[in-house]
Amino acid sequence: MTKTWNNRAWFLVLPVLLLVAFNAIIPLMTVVNYSVQETFGNNLFFFEGTKWYQDVLASPRFHASLLRQFMFTFIILAIEVPLGVAIALTMPRSGPWVSVCLVLMALPLLIPWNVVGAMWNIMALPDIGLLGYGLNKLGIPYNFTRQPFAAWFTVVLMDVWHWTSLVVLLAYAGLRSIPEAYYQAAKIDGASRWSVFRFIQLPKMNRVLTIAVLLRFMDSFMIYTEPFVLTGGGPGNATTFLSIDLVKAALGEFNLGIAAAMSIIYFLITLLVSWIFYTLMMRGDEQ
Amino acid sequence: MRLTKWLVPTLYITFLLLPIYWLVNMSFKTTNEILGGFSPWPKNFTTASYVEILTNPVWYNGYISSISYVLINTVISVSFALPAAYAFSRYRFLGDKHLFFWLLTNRMAPPAVFALPFYQLYSAIGLFDTPWAVALAHCLFNIPLAVWILEGFMSGVPKEIDETAYIDGYSFPRFFVKIFMPLIASGIGVTAFFCFMFSWVELLLAKTLTSVAAKPIAAVMTRTASTSGYELGLLAAAGVLTIIPGAIVIYFVRNYIAKGFALGRV
Repeated sequence: MTKTWNNRAWFLVLPVLLLVAFNAIIPLMTVVNYSVQETFGNNLFFFEGTKWYQDVLASPRFHASLLRQFMFTFIILAIEVPLGVAIALTMPRSGPWVSVCLVLMALPLLIPWNVVGAMWNIMALPDIGLLGYGLNKLGIPYNFTRQPFAAWFTVVLMDVWHWTSLVVLLAYAGLRSIPEAYYQAAKIDGASRWSVFRFIQLPKMNRVLTIAVLLRFMDSFMIYTEPFVLTGGGPGNATTFLSIDLVKAALGEFNLGIAAAMSIIYFLITLLVSWIFYTLMMRGDEQ
Repeated sequence: MRLTKWLVPTLYITFLLLPIYWLVNMSFKTTNEILGGFSPWPKNFTTASYVEILTNPVWYNGYISSISYVLINTVISVSFALPAAYAFSRYRFLGDKHLFFWLLTNRMAPPAVFALPFYQLYSAIGLFDTPWAVALAHCLFNIPLAVWILEGFMSGVPKEIDETAYIDGYSFPRFFVKIFMPLIASGIGVTAFFCFMFSWVELLLAKTLTSVAAKPIAAVMTRTASTSGYELGLLAAAGVLTIIPGAIVIYFVRNYIAKGFALGRV
């Protein structure tokens, strides 16, 4: 659609701009403020320059959380995106079961995140949980509060449970927009199942899959509540992702300077990666 | 072939429902039975946990405050986002692309980054521990999302409709409410659904911005789990009750879910 140039459109955007700016800019300035100052209480602040940033960037603890965060995000994207596409491909294209499938699949998305954590905690308890008890019965020693690997396995499984549906629903929306005639043409040409997927379905899903990857990246990168309730970041620091570490530093240890500098670095990393995805998406739009 | 087609969605849905079943199962057990060991279904079926939640004001007030801030947030987000989305979908103006991306960056801001400054900001303006504080704070990520989804739906409406209405003598507000909004009604529904969803599931900000009066149900739950021992039955029942509002909302938008999740831009 061709848009007309009209600067008065600013008035329509203004309310949103003011409200979001109130919520975003004031807190962000507070964080920036803390990140360059030292305080000993009593509202006394001393300018510290980039000391906190240097501390954070040099700290092994930050490196470890950042590495864990990237590993977690990478693992869940590698599982959820292909799995979600595969499930969307097998879903019925029309009929009464579509609504039933969609409603049941959307269910995990609407459960408060702490309930998701609590639910998986109950599910994974080695003595009374279905998963924990079951695995131990099968002869696999499993205790997510003691073994780092079991904790990772549980956190990843929980995230797959929680968010794969988002990818399914997005991919399914993409598939539904393909006209039936395309499939008929492919059938006449004797196209294989793989080439139908490669040349008809995948290009149509391209756009929604970028949205899926963008949303999943952003949300998994900020994950806090679910692993916090499930494992508390443990055993040890095994599942302490960036947000958990940050809240620990800010509210637990009250290390304001460090926490603020960490926040800014954290935000910038999220922004940078999201910007790359966004640019790719917008380029796809223009074509 | 037919069988495998059914197999994958069925297996997946079973996987989704198992933890929910386990939660429901726990919620109908007595504390003794839960601590006594593994059992696949409740042997001494009891609704005591539910009775406790529905009669104790500490518990049910949690639900009331959660629902009130979620509703306030949904109304604010949608009504603020509507004109802005219209501007983005119809006009080019100074800095529009930058503004759009800046709005989206707020969706990318980790709530953990904002928890402490939000606490100070909302204490300073006297809204701390009210549903308004949480509702306004959740606008940080819900308004950008609402603008994004609505813009997608609005771009699907041909511009000729606007022009015809203006020629017929409609003023902008009248055209917007009488003609344009009914055309994108499903888009508004989907947007409201997303705002409801992300406000309902968020805990970190909701917990930071409230203490007693407006404490959300999620915070009541975490406090129960940590203070009065490990009352799994109560926790499970409270969890089951938090699933219900979501399930009702999904049921209403079930026919629009597929399109809505594509944010209107397939």
